[in-house]
This record gives sequence, C-alpha cells and structure tokens, in this order.
Amino acid sequence: MATLEMAPPAEKTASTSKTATLRIWRGDVNGGKFADYVTPVSEGMVVLDAVHRVQAEQANDLAVRWNCKAGKCGSCSAEINGKPSLMCMTQLSHLPLEQPVILEPMRAFPSIKDLVTDVSWNFKVKKRIKPFQPRPPDAPDGTWRMSQGDVDRVQEFRKCIECFLCQDVCHILRDHQMHDEFIGPRFLVHVAGLEMHPLDTADRLKELKEAHGVGLCNITKCCTKVCPEHIKITDNAIIPLKERVVDEFYDPVLRVLRVLGLRGKS
Amino acid sequence: MTEYQTHEHDVLIIGAGGAGLRAAIEASAAGVSVGLVCKSLLGKAHTVMAEGGIAAALSNTDERDNWRVHFADTMRGGQYVNNWRMAQLHAQEAPDRVRELEAWGAVFDRTPDGRILQRNFGGHRYPRLAHVGDRTGLELIRTLQDHGIHKGIDVYMECTVVRLLKDGDRVAGALAFYRDHGRFVVFKAKAVVLATGGIGKAYKITSNSWEGTGDGHALAYDAGAELQDMEFIQFHPTGMIWPPSVRGILVTEGVRGEGGILLNNKGEQFMYNDIPPLYVNQTAKTPEEGWRYCQGDRDANRPAELLTRDHVARCIMREVRSGRGSPHGGVFLDISWIKTKLPNAPEHIKRKLPSMYHQFKELGDIDITKEPMEVGPTTHYVMGGVRVDSETQMSRVPGLFACGECAVGINGANRLGGNSLSDLLVFGKRAGEYAGQYARQQGPTQLDAGQVQDAVRWALAPFERDGSEGPFQIQQELQELMQNLVGIVRREDEMERALVGLAALRERASRATVTGNRDYNPGWHTALDLHNLLTVSEAVTRAALARKESRGGHFRDDYPDKDPRFGTFNHVVSKRPDDEMRLEQATIPEMPAELKQIIEEMK
Repeated sequence: MATLEMAPPAEKTASTSKTATLRIWRGDVNGGKFADYVTPVSEGMVVLDAVHRVQAEQANDLAVRWNCKAGKCGSCSAEINGKPSLMCMTQLSHLPLEQPVILEPMRAFPSIKDLVTDVSWNFKVKKRIKPFQPRPPDAPDGTWRMSQGDVDRVQEFRKCIECFLCQDVCHILRDHQMHDEFIGPRFLVHVAGLEMHPLDTADRLKELKEAHGVGLCNITKCCTKVCPEHIKITDNAIIPLKERVVDEFYDPVLRVLRVLGLRGKS
Repeated sequence: MTEYQTHEHDVLIIGAGGAGLRAAIEASAAGVSVGLVCKSLLGKAHTVMAEGGIAAALSNTDERDNWRVHFADTMRGGQYVNNWRMAQLHAQEAPDRVRELEAWGAVFDRTPDGRILQRNFGGHRYPRLAHVGDRTGLELIRTLQDHGIHKGIDVYMECTVVRLLKDGDRVAGALAFYRDHGRFVVFKAKAVVLATGGIGKAYKITSNSWEGTGDGHALAYDAGAELQDMEFIQFHPTGMIWPPSVRGILVTEGVRGEGGILLNNKGEQFMYNDIPPLYVNQTAKTPEEGWRYCQGDRDANRPAELLTRDHVARCIMREVRSGRGSPHGGVFLDISWIKTKLPNAPEHIKRKLPSMYHQFKELGDIDITKEPMEVGPTTHYVMGGVRVDSETQMSRVPGLFACGECAVGINGANRLGGNSLSDLLVFGKRAGEYAGQYARQQGPTQLDAGQVQDAVRWALAPFERDGSEGPFQIQQELQELMQNLVGIVRREDEMERALVGLAALRERASRATVTGNRDYNPGWHTALDLHNLLTVSEAVTRAALARKESRGGHFRDDYPDKDPRFGTFNHVVSKRPDDEMRLEQATIPEMPAELKQIIEEMK
C-alpha cells in the first residue's frame, strides 16, 4: 500500500476487554424507557463515541444530535449520570464504569426522540432580543477603534457555543417552566455581550427587567457550574445586568441625574 | 402518494454555514423572499470549527500588505491552477467583508492602536488573518446568525435536501425532509444557492463533522452541473492523533503562527530540511529567524513550519515513514518551548490558543503550555467543487448557484489557511446578490408532481427493502477505502482498485436497509448520505487518476513531480445521459497582463 497510512495506534495501553454499560433513555414525547447497551471501551473514548458505537452496531435508529465532536458546536448536550454535559467532552474514564452510565436527553426541553430534544424555543427567544446597534464609525474608512482591554469582557460572553446546558439546569425553566417570563442564562449572557459591547448603543434595560425577567434569577449559579466554556455566567453576566437594572429603575439619585440628562447609557 | 408541505421562496439557500448565511443576508437585502435550509440547528455548521482566522489584506498589522500580495500568495499556494479572476475578486473584496462583520457586532482581537489584529499563517507573506483567539469560526457564524435572524429570512432547521427539482433546464426548487419526524417538504424557488460545505466524511480520518457528506456537490452533479478540481483535497498537517477517539480533530495552524515548531522523535526541527523552490525566497534560513518573524520582526522571513499545508503534511508523512515519528504515528508540535523566549508564556498560550489548550487538556490529558502535542495529517477541505461563473457564482444550470467550500475557484491545487473564511464571505455575498437578482428577473417556475413523487420514492426506498445490511458498515468501508487508496499519497493501481471498490459499495448501498420509522432516524439519514459520498468519492478518484503529476494537495507516488502540461487545465466531471461520469479537461483561460505582472513582481 503506497498510502502512507500512519502507524496504527498502539493499542497496548488500551485494555480491549473493558466494557461499559450505557443505560440510554429511548422514547419520544409520548414517553419512553431506559435500555441497556454493553459496548467496548478504548483509551480516551468519550461518551459520544460509545453512543455512536451502539448506534452503528446495536441500534441504527438511536437518535443523537451532534456535529463537531470537539466541544465547539454545542450540539450533543445531554444529561450524563444526571449532570448536564456535552457527550463529546466527557471521557468515559472519568465516569464510574462499574455502574451503568445513565444517558438522558436534556429534561428542560420537550423530547423529539431518544437523546434529541426540541430546543427551538431558544431560537425564538433570541429573535426577541434587540440586535446590535453600533455607534457611528470612529475613522473615515468606516472602522472603529477598541482596545483589547475593552473587548476582553465581551469576548468571554461570545465564547458561548449555545449548547443550552445552562438553560437545561436553570430551575426557573426546568422546574418552574417560566419560559414566557424568563429568557434563561444563555440569553442573559447574550444580552450582556450586547450591553457591554464597546460599540453598542441600544438600550435593553427595560426589556431586561420586564420581558426578559432578569429579576427572576436568584443566583444559584447552577448555570455557571455546567458551562462547558467556563463562562462565569452569574458573576460576569447576570449580576452586572441586575445591577444595571437596579441602577436604572430603583436608584433614586441616578434616576434624577438621568431625568436631568446628566447620565447616559452605562 | 406521499404527502408533503410546500414553501415558496424567490431564493432557496441550502446550507447555513458562513457561506449560506452570508448569501441569505445579501439576498434578503435585495428584497426577495429567502428560505434557508440547514441539516443541523442554526449556528452549528462546520464553520464553527474554523479556528485560525479570516485572511484579508487589511494591512493593520503590516502596512506593506495589499490585495496584490494576497492575490499572489493565493495563486502561488494553489500552484497556479486557481481561477485567477476569483482569486483576484477574493483578495480585493475580503477586507470589506471583514470590516462589515465588525459593523454587525463581531469582536476581533485588537492591535495596540485599537484596530483588528492580524496573525501569521502558512503561505501568507504578511500577518493577514483577522482572528478571535482560536475560535474565529464561531465568531463569524454567530455574527452572521445574530445579524441574519432579524432580516426576515425563513430558516428551516434540521431539514435535509434530497434532490434538486427542475423546470426544464432551470432549477425550480428542492425536495427535503425534516429530520425530526421525516415529513417531506417541497421548496419552490426561482434560484437555489448551494452552500453545503465539504466532503470530509468520505475519509476515515477527518476534521469534518457528520455533515461533510458532499451533499451540494452531488445535488449539483445530479442536476446537471459540473464539478471541477475534485482531485485536490487538503490534508491538514496537524490533526490530533491520540487518543484514538479524537483522531482527526483539527489543531489550528495558529499554533505555528504563534511560534509552535514541528519536531521528529530525534528532536529535529525537520521542516527546515526541505524548502520548496517556490518558497525559498520567503522562508527563514534558521529556526531563530523564524521565531523573530513570529515576533513581528519585519526583516525576518516566515518559519518553515508555515509553509503551505500540502507541503507540511507530506513532510510529516515522510518523517513518520522514515521511523522518526512520535509514539502514536505522528510528529510533535511544540508551543511550550516559547517559555524559553517569553516570560509569561503559559498565559500567552492560553490567551491566544484557548480552544487548543482546552481541547488537549480535556480530550488528551495534555497541557500544551508544558508539553508537546502529537499531530498528524487529517482530511480537512476539498478545493474542488461546483464549477461556477467567477462573478455571479451561477453554475451551468440556470438558477443554480454555489458558494463556499462546495464551489470551486480561488484555491487551485491547495488552499491557504484563512482563505476559506474570506472565500465564504466574499462569494457568499456574491452568490446571494446575483441569486436575488436572477430571481427578480425570472418568472415563476413550474414543478411537476411526478418529479417530486419520484424523489420521495427514492428517499423512502431504504425502508422498503428487506436486505440484511444497514448503512453504517457501508459508510465505514467507503471511508476506509478512500483513506487507504485515494489518500495523501496516491498510485494508479490503487486508485483503479478504488474504482472497483466504489462500484461494489454503490451496489451494496442500493440494497441498504434501515430499521425503525422516519422519526429522527440516523440509520435512514446515513443511507441517503451514501449516495452523495459515493458520487464525490468517484469524482475524486477519477480526477486523481487522470492527473498524472503531483501538485498541491494531490500527490502521486508514481508521478512525484509537477508537470507543466498539467498546469494549463482543470479536470471537470459531469453526469452523462447514461448516468456514467464523464471526465474532461477545461483549459485555464489566459491571465490578463496586469495579473501576470503582479505574480512576476511577487516572486
């Protein structure tokens, strides 16, 4: 064979006899049940690999949503042993394999089938948020000037891969089902990214307070704990937004200043 | 009769990565009704995987840069079989497309004076890539998505197109199904833009996601369009190779742009042993000079690690074949060494390459600020695609446009890193603009129900069969066949065997049987993908067999040298009336004197 196939991966470190039992929720919006699948485990294998192997060898119609398999697209969100996680970034070796690995779809969203949920609500929410509106360009060639220090803060928010794990874990959505009143941590991060964008001029504080329900968040920080991008959702996005809303609507001194036209958008 | 819903748009765009989104935005700006169909959720397309940056001669980081240099770099990288007109338009228009992203909210890394920062990349003479750490693709797609959703575009998510529909010679729409419950949908349209990305899933080791199955290539081919340059596939030199489950995942060229070096198991910086003649004048003589270049020394030349991807990939293969590889069959890529040069190296690496740090830490248990990575080539990008008009992006099928990776044009035999994001912006915009214009000029199309039902029957056939084989085994064997017989190093007898193997796989695919029902059924989806994968695999193999030379991403063991006779034409495949594949040579038009002069001056 002329093809320079690289040397086959050394299998010596991977124990070929090792297996894992995946206990996968199979069903749809009408209900379902768990099914067990035993599958071999090799070194470095992530949960998504194991699911794919089951799909190819034992259950061709097992539904799972995925794309990049590298933690960049946020498609393969699920609940692994009860914890909202990306299946592509969860190594099997980090799980207790003497017990079955329990795989469930994100429970805060309606089921489509097996591990796939209907997350379309999130896309509708984003459409309701006032879009980016830049100030006039700083230079005659139509460009702007921003220092790296000024953009660091929004760059953190823009790392979001929209996996919606934070939406899944948020009790306001998951337990209280307040989808009409609260946009959830993902979109508070989105609003923060717009509000703190150095070029943005739009004002979203009234919507934040009323339509977006920022006040409903009671800072349990569950969203921050599950964020695969390690965005400090609560501390860096939600709390500053809450403060802005408080300043705008509840701080008497600032209100007077604003009425007098002495204070613009923060 | 199977039921289906019908939607009507002036312009239908298939694919919602960077090219499709950019096309949709432009078409809707022209005031026509736009439908955007994507196989995944919006914002998940393979564009999110792009890491290093967008190539555009903004000349923010080095004022010596301009479109002429970018044009010459692109042509040199493509070994001069590129569509020179598209390479010119691309170089000229890319800066505006990048600035436009900033106006739509993108937040690029900054220069000290507050402008868009640019980084070094392989084959680019000056630092040229606008970037956001190593997650530029995410920034690009999210910016286009967040801008586009307010433009009145109708988005159909998780919807797979099965076949293009025609009205006589004209394209008239498409038949698709929703992945969730398998319901069929007909899109009537006056113009259709293909923006479906690549074909990486034809190979076993690839950086591409499941979506890269050559859908647009095959849809266009079946509808009568031509595919060009299919033999040119980019094997990115640095994919992860260990552990096995991550094999193929991309490691950005940005690592080398930031000073990362390639080492064999003897600790030699082997890239300095083989500098191609086209690049001798602009490559560093020593690793020390290369490092100075990465630090912005304007008198220094690019390090050998930043030679073009085709060359770096082959050098890595040679090291491995000669027994100088790393333990798992690749070579070492080391960025941690810069700690000997920079006081705050770990922080610097984490800031400039956050995703790489994260990826190796979580998937490979490697801390790249402390130890080298193991890397090897991975199938990354197809230079070939639907043959289109340079200005309008329309194929030879009236009303059928293509842009981005599924179209052919600027890249020739090898794409420079960073040129795909700029390509999809420049030509996504053009495709959207001209598709909108075309749709406005045309009367309504007629769809005959027979054509729709025929496509529906074809799509449902895997459920009707009673074979014993499912689609996954066939897909896996196809990937192994292409990897082994039409991979980085090619040979006539092996490719002849590949053609025989592909015919056998096609036969098996026609009998592949799926279980379950139409609800979100990956077995069914894979069975349908096989047709596209087999079509593009055959096109790749036939074109590669006919190119009896080595050039860019196409390397022949039996013809290891470049042959000037092959530099005057492109290979074009199309479907004959008897459904067989026809391969022809299309002469490259004479380049205008002005462009020739630019290339001469930049040598």
